[in-house]
Amino acid sequence: MELVFALVIGALTSSGVYLLLRARTFPVVVGLTLISYGVNLFLFSSGRLATGGQPILGSTESYSDPLPQALVLTAIVIGFAMTAFVVVLSLRNLADNEDDHVDGRQGERPEKPEQKSEEERSQ
Amino acid sequence: MNHWLIAPILIPLLGGVLQAFMGYAPISLRRTLALGTTVLLLVSTIVLLVMADDGSYRLYAFGNWEPPFGIVLVLDRLAALMLVMTAVLALFAHLFSIGGADEGNRQFHGLFLFQLMGLNIAFMTGDLFNLFVAFEVLLIASYGLLMHGGGTARTVPGLHYVVLNLVGSAVFLISVGMIYSVTGTLNMADLAVRVLLLSGEELELVKAGGMMLLVVFALKAALLPLCFWLPKAYARATAPVAALFAVMTKVGIYAILRVYLLIFGDDAGALANLGMDWLFPLALITLTMGVVGSLGAQSLKTLVAWQVIISVGTLLAPIALGSEEGISAALFYLLSTTWTVAGLFLVAELVASQRGSALDKIVTAPRMRNRTLISVLFLIGAVAAAGLPPLSGFFGKLLILNSVTSGPEMAWLWSVLIIGSFFTIIAYSRAGSIVFWRTVDGHIEEPKPLGGNLRAATGALIGLSLVIVAFAGPINEYTDATAAQLQNRAAYLEILQTPMVGEEN
Repeated sequence: MELVFALVIGALTSSGVYLLLRARTFPVVVGLTLISYGVNLFLFSSGRLATGGQPILGSTESYSDPLPQALVLTAIVIGFAMTAFVVVLSLRNLADNEDDHVDGRQGERPEKPEQKSEEERSQ
Repeated sequence: MNHWLIAPILIPLLGGVLQAFMGYAPISLRRTLALGTTVLLLVSTIVLLVMADDGSYRLYAFGNWEPPFGIVLVLDRLAALMLVMTAVLALFAHLFSIGGADEGNRQFHGLFLFQLMGLNIAFMTGDLFNLFVAFEVLLIASYGLLMHGGGTARTVPGLHYVVLNLVGSAVFLISVGMIYSVTGTLNMADLAVRVLLLSGEELELVKAGGMMLLVVFALKAALLPLCFWLPKAYARATAPVAALFAVMTKVGIYAILRVYLLIFGDDAGALANLGMDWLFPLALITLTMGVVGSLGAQSLKTLVAWQVIISVGTLLAPIALGSEEGISAALFYLLSTTWTVAGLFLVAELVASQRGSALDKIVTAPRMRNRTLISVLFLIGAVAAAGLPPLSGFFGKLLILNSVTSGPEMAWLWSVLIIGSFFTIIAYSRAGSIVFWRTVDGHIEEPKPLGGNLRAATGALIGLSLVIVAFAGPINEYTDATAAQLQNRAAYLEILQTPMVGEEN
């Protein structure tokens, strides 16, 4: 179980990092989501993996640590809110710049007049 | 248990919730309530400062859960200092925002107060996971504030800021998970005890976790190479927001001070001074980078944003060396630089409002309105920021220079800090002489008159550098005592023995 778990976390995180380094906001958002899945699973495993354990002392033979579960819940809630925000922000970026490149408008660069780039730099 | 400790968190929380529900109330009512909340917050933090000045630790355990099982708030001299610094800054930034910057978004005051709540939780918490939650609270409010005022110019830097901080949060969670998986605790005091008992593989895991934690704090503090998001984001934020953000990088510095002195301090056995040998050179390079950036700045706000990075480098260098005098000097400089930089952001906004279409760009333009007042404010701010006598920046830098013991570190710190300050002076004089003196004939349309609260807020923040000089003795005594308290780990660990309510007999 440990091996499968580790492979899943590794696959999620590495694909997340790959997508995060893309230049468009959509893959970046998906990458962030994948990373947060990986992180949540990792956090969950910090209480050791066990099957059939309950987080209450005395209810079963082996008990599982309740704290990582609480941490993961908090992390999920926060991660969910942040993802929602970043989606809205990406849409705003798309609307403002008519381009979903993470650095704003890119497509018009060749025919962009000199003055405009000067003005943007000094802002 | 001391119930006062929850006040700096509850006051902005309740004030912010109130604001959230009255988005459609008349703006004067919202402003009065919001400013009242900030004043109340300042009062409560001063009460806490007076309480903390006796040098003991005070504890508030949520739900009466005894540490290390529950989450605790801990008040000591360092926390109280940060609280008061933030509350003073917030009051003047808030006053400035009432000059018109708060229009256009009904939730500005609510976000502002939630941001303060997040900052205060971060300064008071004694729990690593709670620190993560505090970071998230202040970050999500800061995302909103950064976007405040609209304009397409803010979308791209805002997107970078949000994505970077989300990655930072992920790394924070991973490091927390690594530390928890080995030590089984996240309470800072309990962690400081547990790390001494580790050996072998477990030690390596905590070491990796601790280094990743340093990366997260360095991202918050904008240490090179994690600082390139800052100038664009800060320079484009609304002025009072940028002023409040002057304290955001200091949260990272506070977290480094707290976690690395307590958990990975001198007595931490195999983990003693984890990462500090990395921090010193990085801090000096950050300082250099900031100076280079400020020399190349094309607008006043960008110039001040690079000053934030310079001060991060200046602060982290003595902290990385870890001597008691160095930490005391860094805390003194922290107070001075935070207020000065915030004041300069406000001055840059005043300049932008009085120069027509030239805004705060460092270019020749027709003579601005209200030049005398604004130029004097800029002069005082620039002198304090660059570290010239007789203002507070000079004393802060002098204390830092004095605190290093001779050796290669001294040679590096002295040369980088002094040469860096020299070039900072050049950057400020270039900017100031072009913006204020080199004028061309031309007509600028009559700007909005400078409101009294704009003048008062800017003047007060800039004037605080004079106040710091006037009270340099008492402030220095306080920072000395703070540094001594930080170095004395054993006293912090005693909070684990604090009796809970119902146990006191």
